Amino acid sequence: MAPPPEPPVHGRTPPDPMVPCVARVRRRRRDAPQVWTLDLEVDGGDGTKNFPFAPGQFNMLTVFGVGEVPISLSGDPAKPGCLVHTVRAVGAVSDALARLGPGDPVGLRGPFGAGWPMTEAAGRDVVIVAGGLGLAPLRPALYQLFAGRARYGKIVLLYGARSPDDILFRREIESWRRRLDIEIEVTVDHASSVWHGHVGVVTTLISRADFDPLHAIALVCGPEVMMRFAITALRHSGLDDQSIYLSMERNMKCAIGFCGHCQFGPVFVCRDGPVFRHDRVQSLLALKEI
Amino acid sequence: MDTAQQAVLTIDGLQILLDALRQRGYRVVGPTVRDQAIVYDDIASIDDLPRGWTDEQDGGHYRLIGRDDEALFGYTVGPHSWKKFLHPPLLRLWSAEHDGQGVRVVAEPDPDERFAFIGVRSCELHAIAIQDKVFLGGAHVDPHYRARRQDAFIIAVNCGQAGGTCFCVSMNTGPKAKAGFDLALTEVVGDSGHIFVVEAATDAGLTVLAEVPHRLATQEEADAAESVVTQTAASMGREMHSDDVHELLLRNLENPRWNDVAQRCLTCANCTMVCPTCFCTSVEDSSDLARAESSRSRRWDSCFTMDFSYIHGGSVRASSRSRYRQWMTHKLATWLDQFGTSGCVGCGRCITWCPVGIDITEEVRAIRDSEQH
Amino acid sequence: MEGLERIVKEHPFFAGLEEGFLNLVCGCAKNVRFEAGQYLFHEGEPADQFYLIRHGRIALELTAPGRGAIIFQTLTEGEIVGVSWVIPPYRWTYDARALDLLRAIAIDAACLRQKCEADHDLGYEMMKRFLPILVQRLQATRLQILDVYGAPA
Repeated sequence: MAPPPEPPVHGRTPPDPMVPCVARVRRRRRDAPQVWTLDLEVDGGDGTKNFPFAPGQFNMLTVFGVGEVPISLSGDPAKPGCLVHTVRAVGAVSDALARLGPGDPVGLRGPFGAGWPMTEAAGRDVVIVAGGLGLAPLRPALYQLFAGRARYGKIVLLYGARSPDDILFRREIESWRRRLDIEIEVTVDHASSVWHGHVGVVTTLISRADFDPLHAIALVCGPEVMMRFAITALRHSGLDDQSIYLSMERNMKCAIGFCGHCQFGPVFVCRDGPVFRHDRVQSLLALKEI
Repeated sequence: MDTAQQAVLTIDGLQILLDALRQRGYRVVGPTVRDQAIVYDDIASIDDLPRGWTDEQDGGHYRLIGRDDEALFGYTVGPHSWKKFLHPPLLRLWSAEHDGQGVRVVAEPDPDERFAFIGVRSCELHAIAIQDKVFLGGAHVDPHYRARRQDAFIIAVNCGQAGGTCFCVSMNTGPKAKAGFDLALTEVVGDSGHIFVVEAATDAGLTVLAEVPHRLATQEEADAAESVVTQTAASMGREMHSDDVHELLLRNLENPRWNDVAQRCLTCANCTMVCPTCFCTSVEDSSDLARAESSRSRRWDSCFTMDFSYIHGGSVRASSRSRYRQWMTHKLATWLDQFGTSGCVGCGRCITWCPVGIDITEEVRAIRDSEQH
Repeated sequence: MEGLERIVKEHPFFAGLEEGFLNLVCGCAKNVRFEAGQYLFHEGEPADQFYLIRHGRIALELTAPGRGAIIFQTLTEGEIVGVSWVIPPYRWTYDARALDLLRAIAIDAACLRQKCEADHDLGYEMMKRFLPILVQRLQATRLQILDVYGAPA
């Protein structure tokens, strides 16, 4: 005899980690060509809209009837009522996700994964190297650094994008620039003559930046090739492998170590990462097709 | 009878045992002949078991042939493994109903059946224990696996012969069932008759056995059962030097042998489908045309497919070399890092069911030999 | 001239250069200044100088029909502008434009080439300083060619 159907799942802790709860789009804005930021709100149920997460973690977002993709949280961890995700529309699901508007339902599982080493960063200079969409998972770390500014040494944000149009969170970066307690350098791979900022790859900014390599921690996120070059430059500046952290990307279907897709040698990127200390994955980064 | 003592069942006793399980509400599944292979399916009576059959196995080769006796378990493992019941090939995870108000997500209910597995081999008990670690041993638990696994009743069978591709002795996973079962049978067919020497390992096993006519085993019968297993252990079809294979493979990720095997591998994924420990899955969503209902299903997937490692822009493992390497290094090496155990139980299915007969033991040997030169 | 020597000596490109070589280099050097928007040189012109940037930034540009000027690199304080002076036929292969008020040291190329020919130890010292910069720019170019941030096709 079939058991009675289960009650509808609400809130964030369903008994089955593969079952999403239902969130709603509150706001949607365009950040760059093909890149959209969605503010989500979790449906009530447990009487709270709070959804605590750590910088660097990600959620699995479902467009009902289309599919599910991992998207990193790009909002402020101190505002857990508003879940911010920045999505690049590059596939069927992310494209459908980027087309959602206010009020639309989104399936949500998470938060998953190990985030940025915010505790280890205390008392040290923090060098953030971001490339392209890689700024999105680093933004929560920046919010947290700003919120506890006195706890850290120098903060350096080095950000590379393809062209001036592709710079994410542009107005926000401009407002951060007005702070006097952070060094921000933005570079693009190429630009028209209207652009007054840096042109060149993001790694060239590393040697120019002002930080103490012996007391610095680096957080790196971007395309894998860019991260490899950035890590080379950081080590050249004097950082050791235990002070460099990077966020990896792999195919993910479950986010909890069941589906096997995100394996990177011995680690599951979803469960053991996505943020790894460089010395833990160093030997694999140079290998092809691991 | 206490657990240390062994009992003896007759063939009729085995039928009564199956009946007792069915009366307790179990869905009884076990080996049966279908499509010229021994597969696992529902067993109504001992007549469904592959009586008088054995199998002949080698790289890319599987044939059923008749035996000279009436043994019910006189073969090794076929293309199926018990994961098809515990970790179904296709499983709906949830469904969602959409109305004007929003979306209601309903988790897939637990199955309303519990399994009794008949004829689980020692390597397969190890395979189940390995999947237990994957689905039950971490921070997250797979409720679907747990629902099927927790109430399963397991009758093991100690192998009466080794198959041509078996290497459980090398992997320390057999041929004698040592843990993870409720009852374990050793089939003894001889001049003095056809009996099953039974060992009970759990209270559930003892309780069921108590409902079945049996007697205590004599010393001679116990010895005969033991020698069956000893003989099997001595006649393994394959061998793999496994104690250092983790380091061996991880220091040989760029060994030219991967190119060699890539020349032969068709990336058909057969090895992953027949492997009793391979657990990878993908998900797919579907909806009706009006999008009033949608659902997500989970399906066995394989690291041999291109889609498996797809990230926007392309597949991480585009070459067959890298996909074979991923499968084998995961199975024999990184599995240990992830779950504290090898992912290989030496059952030989991947060798038998490989259409081109790629032999995992041979590939390990070739990499090992390459270091000698 | 003492002021110029100090400036050359303190520029990262010449860091640690021995006194004798420094004097030789300074004999070819002069202070220059460009207003924002002013071009240091244009593609095709003789590469008769190279520059050590003291203050300000420079954009290196290529002009393509229909696309206008495309900036492929910017250089800033502490960096050098121009390697074309080392290699025949000593002509610039791109335009260089000051983005801000620019102060730099210009080194007379013919003068320094001549001194390098006369004293290969100086020449080797110069090559050891130029080569890493060339390699670094080559690697950066590789990364640019990969277009790693580009949306997949």
